[in-house]
Amino acid sequence: MNLLVAQAQQIEAPEIHYGAIAPVLVVLGAACVSVLLEALLPKHQRWAVQLVLSLVTLVGATGALILYATSDRPEQGVATLAGAIAVDSPSLFLWATLLVLAFGSILLIADRSVEPGGAFVAQAAIRPGTVQDRAQATKTGMQTEVFPLTLFALGGMMTFVASNDLLTMFIALEVLSLPLYLLCGLARRRRLLSQEAAVKYFLLGAFASAFFLYGVALLYGYAGSVKLSAIATAAGGTDRSDTLLFAGFGLLVVGLLFKAAVGPFHAWTPDVYQGAPTPVTAFMAACTKVAAFGGILRVLTVAFENTQWEWRGVLYGVAVVSMVIGAILGLTQTDVKRMIAYSSVAHAGFLLIGSIALTPDGEGVSATMFYLLVYGFTTIAAFGIISLVRNSDGEATHLSQWAGLAKRSPIVAAVFTFLLLALAGIPMTSGFIGKFVVFSAAIDAGLAPLVVIALVASAVAAFFYLRVIVLMYFSDPAPDGPTVTVPGAFTTIAITLGAVVTLVLGLWPTFVLDWAGTGTFLS
Amino acid sequence: MTPTYYLLLSALLFSIGAIGVLVRRNAIVVFMCVELMLNAVNLSLVTFARINGSLDGQVMAFFVMVVAAAEVVVGLAIIMSIFRTRRSASVDDSNLLKY
Repeated sequence: MNLLVAQAQQIEAPEIHYGAIAPVLVVLGAACVSVLLEALLPKHQRWAVQLVLSLVTLVGATGALILYATSDRPEQGVATLAGAIAVDSPSLFLWATLLVLAFGSILLIADRSVEPGGAFVAQAAIRPGTVQDRAQATKTGMQTEVFPLTLFALGGMMTFVASNDLLTMFIALEVLSLPLYLLCGLARRRRLLSQEAAVKYFLLGAFASAFFLYGVALLYGYAGSVKLSAIATAAGGTDRSDTLLFAGFGLLVVGLLFKAAVGPFHAWTPDVYQGAPTPVTAFMAACTKVAAFGGILRVLTVAFENTQWEWRGVLYGVAVVSMVIGAILGLTQTDVKRMIAYSSVAHAGFLLIGSIALTPDGEGVSATMFYLLVYGFTTIAAFGIISLVRNSDGEATHLSQWAGLAKRSPIVAAVFTFLLLALAGIPMTSGFIGKFVVFSAAIDAGLAPLVVIALVASAVAAFFYLRVIVLMYFSDPAPDGPTVTVPGAFTTIAITLGAVVTLVLGLWPTFVLDWAGTGTFLS
Repeated sequence: MTPTYYLLLSALLFSIGAIGVLVRRNAIVVFMCVELMLNAVNLSLVTFARINGSLDGQVMAFFVMVVAAAEVVVGLAIIMSIFRTRRSASVDDSNLLKY
């Protein structure tokens, strides 16, 4: 009882730095407005209004971000909302990355030209396989709730990369995950696959977040607080039991690695990437990766840097497993979306190398953030291309159907070739620069053997990218093969954005690299 | 009674939940096992709050309850929609996506 009284007297309203958190507030506020519009507007107006609102929100949030980033802000960043959110240079970089990637994803999600009516089901409650379902597949109109769901997920991601304590991080993790579970189950065609992907993602995601939460609880028991800096202080020098610290760390990291699709916690990735509607897969592959690795970087750097010699070996092993699984299993895939999913598992391994390369000058952090940015743009464009190759019952994702694609559509095949080369890390593409900066940071941090393994894994992975290129250029097209849809403006913009960024950052990466290296995490 | 017993109970409940997720077939039961894991965490949060002499852990337990409720809403909706198609909530039947 005395405890309660004592606490009640201390409470005072925390200071809120509105300018710094404006981008997150804009996104989450617009998501709420968007839910309201869904309830009030007649059905035929919703798509246009929701699309305009989403795009205006993203532009507005980016504007608020630029305004704050160029203003006279403290060099090391500010912690606001009673220290729950840290707005520092890495936060701003990751926010900007997330907003621009979400812009591309929203364009893919909103597109109604590739699939008449859009990639999403008209009414999620209709049972797959029924008469009504066949009717909705040909009707125009889609479940426009996808826009508020996307904005909520984006708001969660932005909070996740900036959260300075583990409770905020957990809430942000759920805010970003729950809308994604729903989005996965809303495909217009192949609805059973889509629903199955949603169930798998949901059950495994909830399982992983329970692990994350138990880790939070144990670390709270260890440090007496869930603030990242308090955990660092507690781990710095106490006689407390290390069991709590390392058990907590292990469980926490399992939860984070699951979200980031790092092998051996990748089991959901291929299924969910294949089953989910392709625009959602693009959003998940690009933005969730950025958010999850943003969180991993912050947790490892701020809370666990001074215990790194204890845990580094474990994550070293995880990175090796992830790269090997991604590269080897990617070879055996026959579906384009699953192949890209395994490639993302391999890329997660490369990103983890950058995340555990903790050098005092923060080189590993800036290299990993650069890699996240380039990987995100390349992936969005790649999934944009995948959504274009179609036959009468939807997307033709089986690799055999891609044979001879260059003869039917030279431009699409050329762009896809370029994107695959970027994923493989060939010079003149951003993928090469990304791998180069991550690997050089890792060598500086004394991880040279890991870099050798990573180079071998990249070489193996390059084989399955090249196999697709060979298939597209040197095989004869099947007579009843798929056609390549001419995309409307939205998909064209999204693919162009991804491909141009991939090219430009492959040739002139200095500007973004400098920006990624401007500051370190607030601790 | 020392608080350690509560921590052990919480670890036990968490393990039961985790094993349940791995061995049970029905999606609803799997989901209930996840909820059991979350509630086991609540028990340790409250116990640690008692040990540390601060209220943070109890506040966190409230946040966890809210999140668990939100998760139920989303989860049951997803499980319902696949159940209506398949007339079965068994996770073994969801086998279209593999390899």
